[in-house]
Parts: sequence; structure tokens; C-alpha cells
Amino acid sequence: MLKSNTFSRKTKAGRIKKEVREIYLRDDIYCGAAACKTCDTSTSRAPLDVASPLLILDTNVLLHQIDLLENSAIDNAVLLSVVLDEVKNKNMAVYNRIRALSTNPLRKFYVFSNQFHKDTFVKRMDGETPNDYNDRAIRVATRWYQTHLGTAATVLLITNDRDNKRRAGEEGISADTIQSYVKSLGQPELLDLLVQPASESEDTVMVEVEDLRPSKRQVVYQEHKPMSEITSGLHRGIYHQGKLRVNRYNPFQAYVGSESIGDEIIIYGRQNMNRAFDGDIVAVELLPQDQWHEEKNLSIADEEDEEEDDVHLVPSSADDAPRTTNLVSDSATDMNSTPSRPSGRVVGIIKRNWHSYCGSLEPMSMPAGTGSFTSALFVSKDRRIPKIRIQTRQLENLLDKRIIVAVDSWDRQSRYPSGHYVRVIGEIGDRDTESEVVLIENDINSRPFSSQVLACLPPLPWSVSSEDVANSIRQDLRSLRVFSVDPPGCKDIDDALHCTALPNGNYEVGVHIADVTNFVHPGTPLDGEASQRGTSVYLVERRIDMLPKPLTEDICSLRADVERLAFSVIWEMTPDAEIISTRFTKSVIKSCGALSYVEAQARMDDSRLMDPLTTDLRNMNALAKIMRQRRINRGALTLASAEVKFQIDTETHDPLDIGMYQIREANQMVEEFMLAANVSVAKQIRDCFPSCSLLRRHPTPTREMLEPLLCTAAAIGLDLDVSSSKALADSLDRAVRDDPYFNKLIRILATRCMTQAVYFCSGDLSPPEYHHYGLAAPLYTHFTSPIRRYADVIVHRLLAASLGIDKLPPVFQDRSQLTSIADNLNYRHRNAQMASRASVELHTLIYFRKRPTDTEARIVKIRSNGFIVFVPKYGIEGPVYLTGRGEKGSGEWHVDEQQQKIVKMDKSNSNSLSYSVLQSVRIHMEVVEPQPNRPKLQLTVIS
Amino acid sequence: MEYVSPEGLRLDGRRPMEMRQLRAEIGTVAKANGSAVFEMGNTKVIAAVYGPREVQNRSQQINDQALVRCEYSMANFSTGDRMRKPKGDRRSTEISLVIRQTMEACILTHLMPRSQIDIFVQVLQADGGTRSACINAATLALADAGIPMRDIVTSCSAGYLNSTPLLDLNYIEDSAGGPDVTVGILPKLDKVTLLQMDAKLPVDIFENVMGLAIEGCKAIANYIREVLLENTKQLEYRRGL
Repeated sequence: MLKSNTFSRKTKAGRIKKEVREIYLRDDIYCGAAACKTCDTSTSRAPLDVASPLLILDTNVLLHQIDLLENSAIDNAVLLSVVLDEVKNKNMAVYNRIRALSTNPLRKFYVFSNQFHKDTFVKRMDGETPNDYNDRAIRVATRWYQTHLGTAATVLLITNDRDNKRRAGEEGISADTIQSYVKSLGQPELLDLLVQPASESEDTVMVEVEDLRPSKRQVVYQEHKPMSEITSGLHRGIYHQGKLRVNRYNPFQAYVGSESIGDEIIIYGRQNMNRAFDGDIVAVELLPQDQWHEEKNLSIADEEDEEEDDVHLVPSSADDAPRTTNLVSDSATDMNSTPSRPSGRVVGIIKRNWHSYCGSLEPMSMPAGTGSFTSALFVSKDRRIPKIRIQTRQLENLLDKRIIVAVDSWDRQSRYPSGHYVRVIGEIGDRDTESEVVLIENDINSRPFSSQVLACLPPLPWSVSSEDVANSIRQDLRSLRVFSVDPPGCKDIDDALHCTALPNGNYEVGVHIADVTNFVHPGTPLDGEASQRGTSVYLVERRIDMLPKPLTEDICSLRADVERLAFSVIWEMTPDAEIISTRFTKSVIKSCGALSYVEAQARMDDSRLMDPLTTDLRNMNALAKIMRQRRINRGALTLASAEVKFQIDTETHDPLDIGMYQIREANQMVEEFMLAANVSVAKQIRDCFPSCSLLRRHPTPTREMLEPLLCTAAAIGLDLDVSSSKALADSLDRAVRDDPYFNKLIRILATRCMTQAVYFCSGDLSPPEYHHYGLAAPLYTHFTSPIRRYADVIVHRLLAASLGIDKLPPVFQDRSQLTSIADNLNYRHRNAQMASRASVELHTLIYFRKRPTDTEARIVKIRSNGFIVFVPKYGIEGPVYLTGRGEKGSGEWHVDEQQQKIVKMDKSNSNSLSYSVLQSVRIHMEVVEPQPNRPKLQLTVIS
Repeated sequence: MEYVSPEGLRLDGRRPMEMRQLRAEIGTVAKANGSAVFEMGNTKVIAAVYGPREVQNRSQQINDQALVRCEYSMANFSTGDRMRKPKGDRRSTEISLVIRQTMEACILTHLMPRSQIDIFVQVLQADGGTRSACINAATLALADAGIPMRDIVTSCSAGYLNSTPLLDLNYIEDSAGGPDVTVGILPKLDKVTLLQMDAKLPVDIFENVMGLAIEGCKAIANYIREVLLENTKQLEYRRGL
């Protein structure tokens, strides 16, 4: 049956256009009930069960109660396509969650395309609002279900729209609100998941009623401007749009990157942030210029509980580090300088970025009556998130637990947003719980692989078959003396090397990378899962794999003495490490030894050993040194990081010891060849596929980003030239003092000023932007770790296609898709790093819980009431307070901005006590619990 | 944008392999030797054929075959916005050429030397797939004019969106920017006379999409034959046979 849908639409140019669209109404859309006799249930999914009531959900229920719907207690529901479309328009995240539910075979959710069914199609009436139209369509569909299934089933419309419910009642449809439906289920714990009805008072009627009453609650925040005003304001340039990012280290300060003024707008204080969350798209109004200095009064002032800095890991790049704010700017001299950045306040929120947050409840005394609703304040682990007020019936259970909470609303009268409880993770302080929190906070999927994914694996036990060897694209390199060098205990070995002396005096050097793409084919569930995960995540006590374990640890891992498939890069090099020729091939190899870095180093150092393998190692090391030197001459930076290594108790998984990660020559040797392989591959794929290669670039840091480094350097009288990476590398080399650790310290400070390298699609940028600053390479990509990084899998496919071995998968023809893959990889990498760091922080805390320690530390930054120290031995950084928290900024301590010094002004004594930047101090480290269940590491200076 | 829902329905309620509703009418322009209106969903096209007749411009006359001329145009009211479309713009010149070449391949031109056949097609309502609809309408009009042909030519388009091959794209699907394969075939002879595609597709997928478009052409051929048969029956009836 043919119907047409006519409506008017406004075009981009602003004209009104009439659109006519056909609609084909069908009789082959089924109701989805397994027991239905009239519908053909053989071909499609029919999960619905007529024995229990059939729920038809309205849009508002879906949008607000998604956490409840994900609980298995709510089931047997029909999702109408009209409802799904509306949800999709309003909130994509919720839509994706709903879609996941509807495809989950364990849940009974069925999507009914009511708009295309001949009996449930509803034609829009003149003057009908979209909302009324949708409600009517929902009621028509409900009625159809009722008559279609007859007396066999009860159909219940669940809606929180009062008007819809009333009309349903008039039309003889049984309807209920979600609240009373959940109550009727008789499971009190579900009630916690419910979003409270008060928060849904979108209806203007409700708000007005509240306003008319003489309210005791005062208005805390300014009203958000209506959307129409924001749009016109943006248009006229009085408001600026951008994404709000809250400072990780000071939740009362936020930044909005605005394209319209080409700079970041700083927003100080919750008042000015006006209920915006981190990640929200907001409209900002600039404050008058004389108010741009409000930071000092506002940042800490009106909040009763300013959280202090915690001890944390040393940031490894500018992205992790606190933003460059003038932390010492309390001094009077600073007031005269002109404010560099505009500040503003949020006038409206264009798009919310609310999701669920991990944290715990603020400790509070138990109310007398139990079992009734009590409200509690939830403190998120992520400091950027304000406290959230929740209502719960199970307060006593939740107080010592880590829980997940979702935000529902934030109205003007309340200081905190209100939300609802989602689920419990576990006890606070328990290592597994805290690890779980780390994973959830960083959006890392640690679920076991699904059966569909595991079905893509080759049958086990797997070994190289004769077809693989006979395959013409695969070269047989089993005769070569291939070996691998990895950290001790490494099970996912994805690279191996070989080096043979050629008769003409040159060397043949090969890098062999596990041939993951031989097993992970594009378009399979395995590939989909891997591209979603993006990378393996390494926590201190566990590893979350990107690929299933059989692939990671066995089939792909280039273990010793077994034949494995590889993708090889083979160079001919002169003894001066000049590359004469490069070739790429798929191969079969047989590793003759899986060495650890320590072993390899020991072999090279032991002059008595003269066996072929050791000779190969020495030859390679010699080549690597030349390559490294050449790279450094080109301007590559040797940066330092303060990576630490834990020794973990095999039984209890508690950390036994921490130490700096030692870097040996062997590490550098392997690294050098991996870099060379990556560069060679990057050239090859870029030449073949100039517009759809996946490359990696490292943007040149701006002068602004290097400011903290220069500031510190100036204070200690060190001259750094940052005009180019080469100049910076040279001046870093020159920065040597008597103090042996000085150079490393400067390098660590330099490292944290850099941004991170990112993946990108070569078609999105112009060639000069491909540059990798840190490595001083014009082209770079990742090729060498396909087992643990998805980017390498993509690069393997590109390389195979460039050699004519494989066809290029269709993904590469769609640039936007490739860009979104690159974005996802960057996001996942960043999260994986954050998770690793958080995991190390967690284990540091567990380690020091039983071991209060005195140790050497370096001052890296001066603050008004103390300084930040860096503890090289444990790779952590944290504040040391010289004054108590109450007497901030007052008293005898005085900060000297120019010299980066904090001096104790003692009137009687002339030689006063002072601390300056980079100075070495002895500190005491101890875990304290200022509040129950909230342990933290405290650093104090030992005088 | 989701062009095929997870339930397997397109934006207008069709499944991926389904065509829009077809409708055809023969003899809509009384003055012409042959004419037809052809509809594919909301796309509506009228075709009129004049000839074989004397060549108007003597210099164009071909001594051993007929001259086939084609003019494609879009009515000013065919799309929503009332824009005056200049005659002979690039797009319509190209489509005129495509239609002419496709029709020339099936007309037995050597039977009508030194004569001229004019095909006029005009889009009355555009909703994607106008090229295919024009060819189908021209076929009907030629048949109506009684011009000898090897076979009827039918045409249909197919596309590839959301990793699904889709038959007979409508305007929204067409403007999604995905590949759009237009195929014209001689169904009896099983020969391809027209094959066009914008955008890129891997060969294996292209073969699927083209196969789908050919299926569509065959279905249209069946429909056109039915229409012609019905028309012939009507003619017979009118003659009183």
C-alpha cells in the first residue's frame, strides 16, 4: 500500500520547501511475539513472551530511565520505531544503548517498525505538533498490539507523559507510569535506579507552580538562556560556542575552546560555569575585561570544601599535566601584568555530556529510619565532576562501596546536580574494585570476548600448515637466525629481528612482525571488536587484551623454536647503517631465541661469548648506535620519563617493590630498528595510498606550551633554545651540572611540555603537517605491534595492499570512516595510558600503606603555600605544604616569582630558610586517612 | 545517517531489494507518433517520439541509417524549488546523449535510411532515478510509435549504502553521496547497453550491485511487456477484431 508523507521543511538558505516522500506500508512486519499464530515467526527474531505483560515504552521513559531498562528486571518490551527515531534525535548515546539491548539475545526487547506497518501507520493531522503525533502513533500501535494478540496477552503502555496517559485511558488502553509499574514489581532495589519524577518537570506548568510558591530555597545559579536567544547571540558574536573542559587539577576552573575568538576562554568558579559539566557544549559570554582577574578571589572562595592536590604520577606529556596557570600568582607583582586570556561565564548549555560516573558517597551519619528514601551526596572519583545528590533506600549498603551514579538534572535552586544510583562496583579500597573503577572511568571494555568473536579464531592447536609455506606470497625465512628481544615474561611477542653479514661486507637486517592480519580479516566480528578496543591495556597486575588470548599468546606470538607467520621488512645496510634497499614480504620464520633485554645485554657485554647469535646482536647494536646518532643529529629529542616498575607478589598480587624502569642499550637497539621499520613502512604506504594511509604525527609544541619549562630554566640560570627540535635537543644536551640527575630532571620537565603524538588519516592533512616532532621524521606510522595496537593492523593491511598481496578493504575508500577510526584509536590510546597511570597510582598507594618511607625528592614547582616535589625513585609527584590549609598565603612564607623560590621571612634571623626550584629535599611519605575509607599519600618535608 | 534500519527497512519502508511502484501509460501525447508516461514512485517522466520522418537539417542526413536525436529536459515544476533551469546545461546534455546512445543501440536504424527519429523526454516530477525512468519511457514511446527495435531497453539504478546494496534509489538515497550504478539492458538478448557509476566501489561489491540493478531491469522489462501487451489488446479491441 502506498502512502505519501508531505511536510514542509526549511532549507539551509532559509526558504520553506515542501517535501513529499513516499511511504510503502507493509504487511510483512511481525509483532515479535513467539506465540503469535498469525505472524510468521520463523524468519525474524520473536523474543516477546505473551505470558507476562507486554510493555510498550514511550520516548520519555526511554530517554530518562535507560539505566532501569538495562536492569534485567524490566523485560518483554516493544520499542516502536517512532520512539526510537525520537530518541535518536534527542540523545545518540541512549539510542546506542537501546539498540544494544534490542540485539542482545538474553533480553526480550523487540523493535516494531510501526511507521511502515499497514495497520499502525498514522498520518499527520494538520496543526498537530510532532510530540502529539508521536504520542498518537504510540497509542495506535498499542491498540494494535492489544487487538492483534487478543486476550492471550496484556499490553501495557508505559508513559510518563501525563497527557498521553490520560488520552490512553480515554481510548481504553491500559497505561501506567514507570514509577508505579516499578513499584508494582515489588523489588525495592529497582526504585533506586528510577529517575525521580520531580526531575522530569519539563512541563512548564510544574515550574511555574513552584515559582509562585514562596520558596525557601534560594536560587544558586543564573538561568540558562533559551535556545533561540543563544542561537541569535552566537550569530551576532556576543556568545561563543565551544566544548567545556574542566581543569583536571582544579575543578573550579574550566576552559572553553572557542573558534569564534580563536582562543581559550577561561571560566572561574562553579558560579560562572553555571551547571555545565566537563565535555558539555556550551555558550559562553565574555566578562568585562576588568573582571578577567577574578581567579584569586573566586577559585577557592565560596566552596566550603576545596579539595587539595593529591599525590599523583609524574605526567608523561603536556596532555596529562596540569594546565599552565600561574599558580604562584598570588604575589602582588603579578597583578600589574596584563591578563592574557579572556574569561567568561556560561549562559547556556547547547549539548549535555552527562553519562554515569564512578565514585562513592560522602560519609554521613545514618538516619534513624531505614528502608525509606534518604538523600546522600555522591563524590565522583573524577575530580572534574561536582558532587551529585542521589536518593537511595539502601544507604547502609552503599556507604563503604564504590558505586556508579548517573546524572539526571540540575536545577537553579540546588547547589549540586541530582542523579540516581546505577550499580555497585565493590568495596572501597579493595584492589579489584579500584582496578575496576580505573577501567570504567577510562571507558575500557574488559569483558570477555563474545562467542561470535571467538568463532573467528582458527582451530587450536594451530601450527603453520604446508599451504602457508607453499603460498607464493610467503617467503620461507625459516633458515634465518631470527630472535626476539622483549621485557622479561613477555608473552605477546610481536617483533623479531635478524642480521646476517653479506659477502659484500654489507648487512642484511630484517624486522619480522607477527602476521596478525592473516587471522584478523576485515569485516569479521573479531576485527570489529579489535577496532573498538583499539589497544591492549596494561595495568600493573593484569593486561586487557585487544585480541583473544589464543591469538595474543600463541598463534601470533613469535615464540622461540616454533614456526610462525610474519610480515617482514628487510633492508640491506652498509656497515655505516645506510639503507641501500628495502623490501617487504610476508614470511614464515622460526625464532631461535626469545631473549629478555637483560639477557641480550649480558650476551653483548660478555666478551667471551662468540656464538653466532651474540655476534648478530653486536652487529645490530653497532648499526643501531649509528642510526640513533644520526637521528639525534637530525634533531630527534631524547626525552626522559619517570616510568616505574612494580614487583608484584604472585599470590596476593600486592606490590612488593617499586623501582625506576631501567633502560639498557638492548632496549635502545630494538627501539631503533622498530623506528626504522615504521618509517620505511610509512613511506611505502604513503606512496601507494596518498589519501587513505594511517600515519602518526607529533605536532610541534607551541611556545606557550613550553612556557613552564622556560620559566624553570630561567630561574636556575639555564638557557634553553626552543626554536626547533634540533635546537632544543642540543640545548638539552648542554644542560649538564655537577648533579648527575640534573640532566634527566630537565628532560623530564621538557617531556611533560609536549603533546602526545596522534594517529591521522593522510587525506585529512597536508604533507607538512605529517611531521613527527619528537622523532624528527617527516613520516611515521605504527607497524610493529599488531598484537596489541589496532593501528598496526590497519597499517599491515595497507602494506599488504600496496604489495598486491591483498585487496584493500572497503573501509579505506571512505575517508570519513577512516578518520573516525583514527579518532577512536587516539581516544583509546589516551584512555589506555590514563588507566595504566591510574593503576600505578593505585598500587603506589597500596605499597606505601604498609611502608612509610623517607626519601630524596626534587622540587619542581613553587606554590603559594608550599611546593610540588617529584620523587625520582618512585616516579610520583605531589604537594608538600609548608603552611596549614587554613592559613593559606598568609604568614611568614613569601614567594619569589622571578627566582622560583619560597622564602621564610623570619624577622629576627637574617639567614632565613628557603626552598627553590629543582632543589633536592628529603621528604617523608606516609599514607593517611583524613576521612574513613579515603586513604591518600601525604608528603611532608623533613627539616 | 542510517539509510537501512537494523530491521532491514529503508527510509520509505522498502526492503533493500525492492523497487518503487511502477506505473506506465501509453499514448499520452496525441500529436506524437508514439508517447508514454512512466512513473517510478514519485519520479514521473513523459516521452514523445516523432518519426521516422524526413531529416530537417539536410547536412545531418545519414545515407545508410536513420538519425536518432534526443532531447532531455526537466520541467521547471519537477523539483520543489521553482528554479528556472537553463536549457542545454551540462547535465541535461549529458543525459540526452546517454539516452540517445542507449536507444540507438536497440533501434534498427539501417531499416530507415535518410530519416530522422526525434525522442523528447521531460521529467515532470523528480525523485531520484530520472535517467532510468527516461530510458524506460522512451522505450515505451518508441514501441508505441512502431519503430523497429532489436529488443526493448530497460534501465534501473542500484546503490550501495550502509554496506547494503539498494535497488532503485530515491532522491534522499541518491543524494547520500554513495555510489549510484545505472544499468540499461536488452533483456531478451541479455546485453548491457548502458552502465554508469559515480563514486568508487570495490570490484566484488560492484558486481553485486550491478547484478541487483540488472535484476531490477528485468523486472521492469516484464512490466513494460505487460503494458505493451495490454495496449495491443486495447488496440485490437478498438479495431473490433
